[in-house]
Amino acid sequence: MLTKKGGYVVQQSNFYVIRFTIILTIVLGLLLSGANQFLKEAQDKSIDLDTKKKILSAVMDISGFTEDQQILDLYAQRVESIVVDINGNKLDKDSKGTQLVAEKVNIQKQYRFKPEERHYPVFMFKGEGSGKVEAYIFPMWGAGLWDWISGFIAVKEDLVTVAGVAFDHKTETPGLGARITDDQVKDRYKGKKIYDGTGNLKPVIMLKGESNQGLSDHQVDGMSGATMTGKGVNTMIENYLKCYEPFIEKVKSGQKVALK
Amino acid sequence: MSTEVLEKPIVKEPAEPFLSKRRKKIVSDPLNEDNPITVQVLGICSALAVTVKLQPTLVMAIAVVFVIVFSNLIISAIRNYIPNSVRIIVQLAVIATLVTLVSEVLKAYVYDMYKILGAFVGLIITNCIVMGRLEAFAMANKAYDSVLDGLGSGFGYAWVILAVAFVRELFGSGTFFDLRILPESFPTNGLMVDSIGAFMVLGIIIWIQRSKTGYVEH
Repeated sequence: MLTKKGGYVVQQSNFYVIRFTIILTIVLGLLLSGANQFLKEAQDKSIDLDTKKKILSAVMDISGFTEDQQILDLYAQRVESIVVDINGNKLDKDSKGTQLVAEKVNIQKQYRFKPEERHYPVFMFKGEGSGKVEAYIFPMWGAGLWDWISGFIAVKEDLVTVAGVAFDHKTETPGLGARITDDQVKDRYKGKKIYDGTGNLKPVIMLKGESNQGLSDHQVDGMSGATMTGKGVNTMIENYLKCYEPFIEKVKSGQKVALK
Repeated sequence: MSTEVLEKPIVKEPAEPFLSKRRKKIVSDPLNEDNPITVQVLGICSALAVTVKLQPTLVMAIAVVFVIVFSNLIISAIRNYIPNSVRIIVQLAVIATLVTLVSEVLKAYVYDMYKILGAFVGLIITNCIVMGRLEAFAMANKAYDSVLDGLGSGFGYAWVILAVAFVRELFGSGTFFDLRILPESFPTNGLMVDSIGAFMVLGIIIWIQRSKTGYVEH
């Protein structure tokens, strides 16, 4: 059954091959599942921290915080979160009865469902000490030129003025579309308005080309060479603002919907 | 595929020194004269894809060195038990396991890097350098020699992609490990952040190297 060939032993019986592959599969499988179990906690922490960093970066500059714990503390103090449905009503549990946690809602997965079926997390950024909501932060998901783009748009307590945005992307072109993550581009959204004077929703649109003059309250300067990414960002913002509109309307009309 | 049999016939000889001339050659050959990227032209895909900035490139280099060394070690250690008919699958299974481990560790401890490198770390599985070394060396050589071979090929890959990334980051973003080197006013070269820039830098490295070693493709 065992033959010497080419300097090393060659096993040829079918039974040996099957036994070998089964043992190999079991050993490697155990190794991987063990590693997964062992690293799960650290991975969840990293993802949690990353989400919180992105949420905070939509409303404030967090580059001054070097310690991860500072971010987590700040988040715990200042941010309150809920999950709402397409009609702006608070959701406590999903269809299976599991408790919903806004930070754990996977926007990418939700994006695949019909808008009416999605869960919409809302993050409320509260003033220091006062506890009054200073900004509402809405997550978004969409398609860029090459792959997904995502982001958060923060709207001030008047629910009209943009407090800031944060974008992320998978593989937009470096130096062109990837600039959506640059402060220089993100800052263009600050102070813009998502409602027009008559109270109708009017999302902020990124224009084509750079150095556009005479921008209105609903326009931001574009990124030269990245028109398609800009279009993706516009569609994403518009889609998600529409989905969050019922919630915004409810808060505006003074219904203390979901605020504890 | 041919296998290089460096093992000598079984003749009792005095133990080979820990770093004999032959073993030094196993490590040093892939660094220059038999470099996996510039001479064997393997692993080009990742050399183009991850080299926009030095930091992710360094992480990628460490990941590849880790995977080559340990897959070489494991395959060499069990080489006498691997059935010849399924050896490629066994090699792939070992590589894939190691790559998944690297990817999981990155996700747990350096999440920012995981986001940038995500797909490319997974693609180490298909990096021809890794499988090439298993098939050509580890299947026929002792474990210690295989580890040396892995180190040589790994670092041979690492220095080339780091060199490419250095040039690309310097001229593409004006920085070195994200520290600003060139003044803001110095225009950055958009070509360098594109894959085309990587091709050009890689081509120039190959040119310089071959004019020195006198290597000619037959």
